[in-house]
Amino acid sequence: MTYGSLPRKEDARFVRGRGTFLDDLVLPGMLHGAILRSPHAHARLLSVDTSAAEAHPKVRAVLTGKDLAERGMAWMPTLSHDVQAVLASDKVRFQGQEVAFVVAEDRYAARDALELIDVEYEPLPVVVDAPAALATGAAVIRDDLGKADNHVFDWSSGDEAATEAAFAKAEVVARQDMLYPRVHPAPLETCGAVADVDAITGKLTVWATAQAPHAHRILYSRITGLPEHRIRIVAPDIGGGFGNKVGMYPGYLCAVVGSMVTGRPVKWTEDRSENLMSTSFARDYHMRGEIAATRDGRLLGLRVRVLADHGAFNGTAQPAKFPAGFFHVFTGSYDLPAAFCSVTGVYTNKAPGGVAYACSFRITEAVYVVERMMDVLARELGLDPAELRMRNLLRPEQFPYTCATGWQYDSGDYPRALTLLKEIAGYDELRREQAEKRARGELMGLGLSFFTEAVGAGPREHMDILGFGMADGAELRVHPSGSAVLRLSCMSQGQGHETTFAQLVSAELGIPPDEVEVVQGDTDHTPFGLGTYGSRSTPVSGAAAVTVARKVRERARQVASAMLEVSPDDLEWERGRWFVRGVPGRGHTIREIALAAHSDLALPEGVEGQLDASTVYSPPNLTYPFGAYLCVVDVDADTGQVRVRRFIAVDDCGVRINPMIVAGQVHRGLADGIGMALMELMAFDADGNHLGGSFMDYLLPTALECPSWELGETVTPSPHHPIGAKGIGESATVGSPAAVVNAVVDALAPFGVRHADMPLTPAAVWRATRGAPLRADLAIS
Amino acid sequence: MEITVTVNGEPHRRTVEPRLLLVHLLRDDLGLTGTHWGCDTSNCGTCVVWLDDLPVKSCTVLAAMADGKRVRTVEDLAHGAELDAVQQGFVACHGIQCGFCTPGMLMTARWLLDHDPDPSEDVIREAISGQLCRCTGYENIVRSIRWAAEHPDGAAP
Amino acid sequence: MQVPAQFEYERATSVEHALALLAKYGPESRVIAGGHSLIPMMKLRLARPEALVDVNELTELCGIEVAGGELRIGALVRHAQLLASAEAGALFPVLADAERVIADPIVRNRGTVGGSLCQADPSEDLSAAFTAVRADAVIRGEEGTRTVPVRELFTGPYSTVVGPAELLVELRLPIRAGSGSAYAKVGRRAGDWAVAAAGAELVLEGGDVAEAGIGLTAVGAPRFVAAEAEDFLRGGAASAERFEKAGVIAAEHCSPAADQRGPVDYKRHLVATLTTRALHRAAKRAGG
Repeated sequence: MTYGSLPRKEDARFVRGRGTFLDDLVLPGMLHGAILRSPHAHARLLSVDTSAAEAHPKVRAVLTGKDLAERGMAWMPTLSHDVQAVLASDKVRFQGQEVAFVVAEDRYAARDALELIDVEYEPLPVVVDAPAALATGAAVIRDDLGKADNHVFDWSSGDEAATEAAFAKAEVVARQDMLYPRVHPAPLETCGAVADVDAITGKLTVWATAQAPHAHRILYSRITGLPEHRIRIVAPDIGGGFGNKVGMYPGYLCAVVGSMVTGRPVKWTEDRSENLMSTSFARDYHMRGEIAATRDGRLLGLRVRVLADHGAFNGTAQPAKFPAGFFHVFTGSYDLPAAFCSVTGVYTNKAPGGVAYACSFRITEAVYVVERMMDVLARELGLDPAELRMRNLLRPEQFPYTCATGWQYDSGDYPRALTLLKEIAGYDELRREQAEKRARGELMGLGLSFFTEAVGAGPREHMDILGFGMADGAELRVHPSGSAVLRLSCMSQGQGHETTFAQLVSAELGIPPDEVEVVQGDTDHTPFGLGTYGSRSTPVSGAAAVTVARKVRERARQVASAMLEVSPDDLEWERGRWFVRGVPGRGHTIREIALAAHSDLALPEGVEGQLDASTVYSPPNLTYPFGAYLCVVDVDADTGQVRVRRFIAVDDCGVRINPMIVAGQVHRGLADGIGMALMELMAFDADGNHLGGSFMDYLLPTALECPSWELGETVTPSPHHPIGAKGIGESATVGSPAAVVNAVVDALAPFGVRHADMPLTPAAVWRATRGAPLRADLAIS
Repeated sequence: MEITVTVNGEPHRRTVEPRLLLVHLLRDDLGLTGTHWGCDTSNCGTCVVWLDDLPVKSCTVLAAMADGKRVRTVEDLAHGAELDAVQQGFVACHGIQCGFCTPGMLMTARWLLDHDPDPSEDVIREAISGQLCRCTGYENIVRSIRWAAEHPDGAAP
Repeated sequence: MQVPAQFEYERATSVEHALALLAKYGPESRVIAGGHSLIPMMKLRLARPEALVDVNELTELCGIEVAGGELRIGALVRHAQLLASAEAGALFPVLADAERVIADPIVRNRGTVGGSLCQADPSEDLSAAFTAVRADAVIRGEEGTRTVPVRELFTGPYSTVVGPAELLVELRLPIRAGSGSAYAKVGRRAGDWAVAAAGAELVLEGGDVAEAGIGLTAVGAPRFVAAEAEDFLRGGAASAERFEKAGVIAAEHCSPAADQRGPVDYKRHLVATLTTRALHRAAKRAGG
């Protein structure tokens, strides 16, 4: 069951170049800001001389950390119980950190003036190697917090003793260290803001690339002291987000202060290097996986130890009680009797972040480690990886299933998905081809990944950001003529909300989707809610939209009963109209009812006029989408080059609202998998220099690296979502990297390669075949 | 310096700094914000426009270099209310998600089809290989361009 | 986005005019053609010329023709134009091989052959390709014209013998009977700069190599030349064993540096592999 592959309403403007993205905004008298950034990864700030910049004829203001400190705004809260410098006032802690902000008449002059600022630094020892960050004698990065080391947190989940016992009795134990390297979401549009403080009312309006406008308003309120009604956040069209645009960045606040100081609107947009070097990165998880099994391939236990590099400030964007996100589901899709994981977070001289890039709050890392371990174990046991997975997948009758760390998977039929995948791929035929090729000395690999996600944060009693429960509001108003406006707290960055949410309301009320306007992104015109990330729009806001539409339908029933002069209990609903049970000809459409609801029709006691409703939806549980992926690669052993020949993806996200859009979401994530597994990387040299600071060095896949994706689907509805839907925005990003890596490692089996870290660049692949793997996070020497 | 650039058929005379980039002339001076920018190193291709009938990356062309030349941008693709076949293709095949790469992709697609009306999937992938898309995994962009090749006059009215 | 610092701009209307402008603005001026190397460097403010002399209107430098036993390629020929030239592709397949993997199709519409050579980026593909086929560079100055072998054009990374008041106007490639050429490159992705690449030309007589040219990209080969491997091949049989050995020699004598594209051992290995592959393909194209 679907709601149909309706073409998207938003495309009419995009296809004409008439979208309105942040940098398209022009306000009267608008000034332009630019940020001076630190060339050093760790240095004491001795002095900042801005006099020459201030003398530039087009410069209107120059801000430093000292200026912000006078306003109490030199530091801002992060989403993870830490603070981050807005403009440095004591030290710089990563290369690219914000040091000063220039406001000028145009963007060229602002850029010129940066060169006129004279900063004196005293370089300090640099920590870029996460495993060395906790060593005795390592430079302490966060002396501002009074810390004596670089430790951020320790966190664990699962039963350590039971897991130890499972390993003790296991016939086979496999162990593998792996790094999920630091990558970046790199939306094609960089981050930016236009801030405007109204001189008369004092109201602050910030247009910003914000996936979570209401969360931003909370932060601005806390930092500036302005009450919420004096702050309006507007997210215009967003050119891709993927988690990069969830949090607050120093540049946004600088634009706000710049507007306060000059009395004029101030625009600030990042260039690409600023985006890659300073805004929220993703991953950087150093993991040790251990898996225990019987000789015939029955899983007994899983243990994972993680060292998490959080950069210079702990700025991960996730539900506040979850320092390692939802890593708890590292048991994956398997019936694992015992499991334990522990995570230690460390500070390093790198940009802050960690939770971004469609990771479903660290489930990307969790899926990667368990799916790599399954292949390592399969090799150890001499079993086909598909067979090992099939023997251990959760069975349909086990749902709802509580995993070893206590999370309840809502629904699934895993063997069906894996079976379908093998059919579409022609798995056995591919294995035969591989064997023939291997006999000829050619390298071909098959890589499987079976993933389960937990998305749709979240039940408000368990999940919050800054103390605010993760429930979403929705407001629906039906106009007298029967068209409608739906106001949402979430915010599209390309997911097509204007279309899918209109489809949801349409299906519930019978109003054509074209006549349902969807409003999002403007805190003055939308209900409170925490935004779009972690694949939560459909599970939470989607449920809210359905719920509010059903409320309107019930109100329409009351009005219809007055119109028809029958008891509401005698009315039946079908295809957009209420009619008298047993008398199908006697009824009224929603359009007729809407008009009547606004008319002089006498309404019974207790029935309000008009057809507006609002709701707040807190999901009872997360939704658990899943999927089975297969990647087929050919590898040139002499050059190390990998070609992805085929990629087959079977996804189950429950009921699909708009299958066309769902497929598009999957396509995107599959390309992410190619990117992360084969080319994307932010490494740092020993001085803390960022080695991936432009699109010449931070490589993203093009159309030539991506095969034509082959998709399949199964539908296992979520039992608790009002229409049985689950989130799909991140599934493929979460599931695909392991499939690509497993495929390459499989191809390299003749060389005895059991593991190789991403990205599997030609050099990394060749080195793996030589038994001398590259360390992905450090400079190649 | 003074330049005259004919953009979408209309001559525009402007006084500019020699360093002004063509993408900024279009966006900031002429208000044609359909042309985007996404990097500094001519890698992303969101800024593709036609310069004298050839697709170029307008972030790497000086406005001064366009003096006396013709520029065509995404705003010129539709014929009044009627969308060009490539625009229709991108809507029909979901070749758009966030819409940021779309204008550049459309300009390349139109040029490709003008010179190769029936390109294979491989030819299309090569043609757009200098332009990044972070949303579609390219699949539906390729299909959109194929759709336009199969419907040169757009959808039947 | 990043923007360049200020500079003067002049558009040249002829080669003479360009030379006069270069003389007028002095050594801090730069010639700009496609601009796809220079403008990004100016945006990053790694390059800060005081003046740019735009040569894009010099149509006399846009030709590809065969004359005097040579293929003559104007310095302002765009990459896309060279790639599309059937004549150039047939005579020197190494050029089409290389052009196909230079940047991307949109950049190739704008970037020029002369600009690529004058940028002298150690990772630029055409330098090795023209080195392999022993092209000559024709350079014009106010004093007149001089011809310099491409093998003597480069004086180091980002530096050539083209003087501040001179203009590279043409490349001349000697057409040799019995020759074949090829270019083999490994990048991390389509459009990436080379991790390593090798261009090769072989002139075959009977089953023997009468002349060999090998140019190497991005691996620290002096002036892009693999001279020892060429010496080894010259006069010997065009055999698989000798091509492999030539690759090993080329790898021994280059000096790659480690960077995020790869470590030294890998790059050296690539030189051997790609040189051998380019030689095989060149020999096949030479009819060997």
